[in-house]
Amino acid sequence: MEENNKNHAVLSARNVHTTFHTHGRSVQAVRGVSFHVEHKEILAVVGESGSGKSVLMKSIMGLMPDNAEVVADETRFQEQELSIMTPEQLRKIRGKEIAMVFQDPMTALNPLRTIGYHLVEVLKRHRKMNGKEAQKEAIEVLKQVGISSPEKRLMQYPHEFSGGMRQRALIAMALCCKPKLLIADEPTTALDVTIQAQILELLKKIQEENGMSVVLITHDLGVVASLSHRICVMYGGLIMEEGLTDEIFYAPKHPYTKALLRAIPRPQSGSRERLESIPGMAPSLASPPPGCPFAERCKFARETCNEGIPQYRVYSDTQRAMCIFSDEELSAMEKEVQ
Amino acid sequence: MAKYILKRILTAIPMVLFITILCFTLMHFAPYDAIDAMTNPRMSQETINLIKAKYGFDQPLFIQYIRWLDGLMNGNYGYSIVTKQSIAADLSVRIPNTIKLVLPAYFTAYSLAVVLGLLAGSRKNRATDKLIDGFSSVGIAVPSFWFSMLLIFVFGYKLKLLPFVGMNSVGMESSVVDFLRHYIMPFATLVFTFLPANIKFVRSSTLTQYSEDYVLVQQAFGASRREIMFKHVSKNVLLPVVTRLGMALPLLVTGAIITETVFGWPGVGPYFIKAIQGLDYPIVMIILVLSATLVIIGNLLSDILYCLIDPRIREMG
Repeated sequence: MEENNKNHAVLSARNVHTTFHTHGRSVQAVRGVSFHVEHKEILAVVGESGSGKSVLMKSIMGLMPDNAEVVADETRFQEQELSIMTPEQLRKIRGKEIAMVFQDPMTALNPLRTIGYHLVEVLKRHRKMNGKEAQKEAIEVLKQVGISSPEKRLMQYPHEFSGGMRQRALIAMALCCKPKLLIADEPTTALDVTIQAQILELLKKIQEENGMSVVLITHDLGVVASLSHRICVMYGGLIMEEGLTDEIFYAPKHPYTKALLRAIPRPQSGSRERLESIPGMAPSLASPPPGCPFAERCKFARETCNEGIPQYRVYSDTQRAMCIFSDEELSAMEKEVQ
Repeated sequence: MAKYILKRILTAIPMVLFITILCFTLMHFAPYDAIDAMTNPRMSQETINLIKAKYGFDQPLFIQYIRWLDGLMNGNYGYSIVTKQSIAADLSVRIPNTIKLVLPAYFTAYSLAVVLGLLAGSRKNRATDKLIDGFSSVGIAVPSFWFSMLLIFVFGYKLKLLPFVGMNSVGMESSVVDFLRHYIMPFATLVFTFLPANIKFVRSSTLTQYSEDYVLVQQAFGASRREIMFKHVSKNVLLPVVTRLGMALPLLVTGAIITETVFGWPGVGPYFIKAIQGLDYPIVMIILVLSATLVIIGNLLSDILYCLIDPRIREMG
């Protein structure tokens, strides 16, 4: 399965480990993650806070602070291996081939520089435009992300933009160089619910128009249902389950994925059943459990769960889950419990 | 923006007035006053009353205050009790001497601090940062009088390279070389005094900016270290640093009191110290009012500068 998909993968990473060293202690934020992003697909990386999803993508882009150590067997973007690049080479890819949109649009722009300045800088840097061309192109990109009267907006400062507008401006910044891959790190978390939907719509629209691949990092499974093609579910620095969106929503195999799905409100179903929460807390990654990180909160957990990180069970060409029990075994256990 | 500036100026005026009231009443309640200085216990009560009436001390307090304030505003600063000299005439010689010393020293220290602070802040915890920050920590702890004595001991006494009293040698008042030879040590002392705190300030401001999200975003869009530093961080660091420039205004009068006294520099410092020792209240009052007023004007200036640089404040009514 792996080999098959990699042929048309835009980005593929194998066995990524990221460790933070602070004051003599180390925190393993990502503990051996392999994944790939296919051409023209939207891949959602879902997980709770602290599951390592943001750190994973920042590690691959080389955006980690000095005290973080990133080790990987492979981080391949198109035909190039990112981990052996010099910082200078990597810098030429960032913003041009791979662009990133961040969580909080309120702080992501320099408050003392105009929106236009931000866009023009990127265009000058990566597309070698002169001031005039860049100005014109910036107006075009702002139009593309749905900002009205872009000529006027260009001259304005970030504080004159609302949150949603700033996120649009940041997406415009990311679109400047028509990147192959857009990484959106919780792009809607800091926004109003109504604006969230607009921004997600916009992401889908520009993905289709530009034919790029998107990695959408989010903690909200509900957000990705209609948007993504594939989903990676992360927990405790590991990918617990990976599969097509339909597989994850209609045939989840991992107890964690199942528990997550039961925690999504479904207003349209009309039922008044209670939402199920997952008991307990995510494990501390300063001293991660030796076995499955979810074992402590899992109702199916057995002694053997703690004896080392489980192998993936492959369910289809596209779906795999990191649990020692197969789907059938889990269903049988569920019946027993009832 | 004009409205904002006007508003700030209008609020500054009552503040200055309040300070004059404070200075005046505090001095009035001090244990020894101008009359005590001019009379002696053997004088008869009539003579004392006559002297009081002559200088207006028989009037109620608020009348005295208004007369004093009236004098202040018309440039009549009164006379020294001890030397009977006009304070305005004394200050018009001494303030320029102090400014000659403090202004170049402050600008040198300030520019050095901006460069070193940005350098240290952009290389947090590296060797460069540790060196610069270590220097400023030690520098803050070193008293300026000790540092100046050290200079005097080494360059004045041991090596006999530089003179260390006054501004000119006797008879060489027009010689620039002689002036500069006298200038070097107090200047160096002042630069050393102003530098450390300014470095610390610029460095911490730089660190704050580097931890902002927009720096990470710029990295994610392929900006180089140099671009982040010069196109983004340095402008944002400049904001609080400019504020500091306005605050430094009162230093022009009171910034070198100790250094001037150690080196016998004929500026405001020795004048002020001598006035305090001689209980020469009119001088003490004038210098207090002057430096307090400069603090207020300095604040006003930095607010206006802030306004010019920061678009977020520029828009405000």
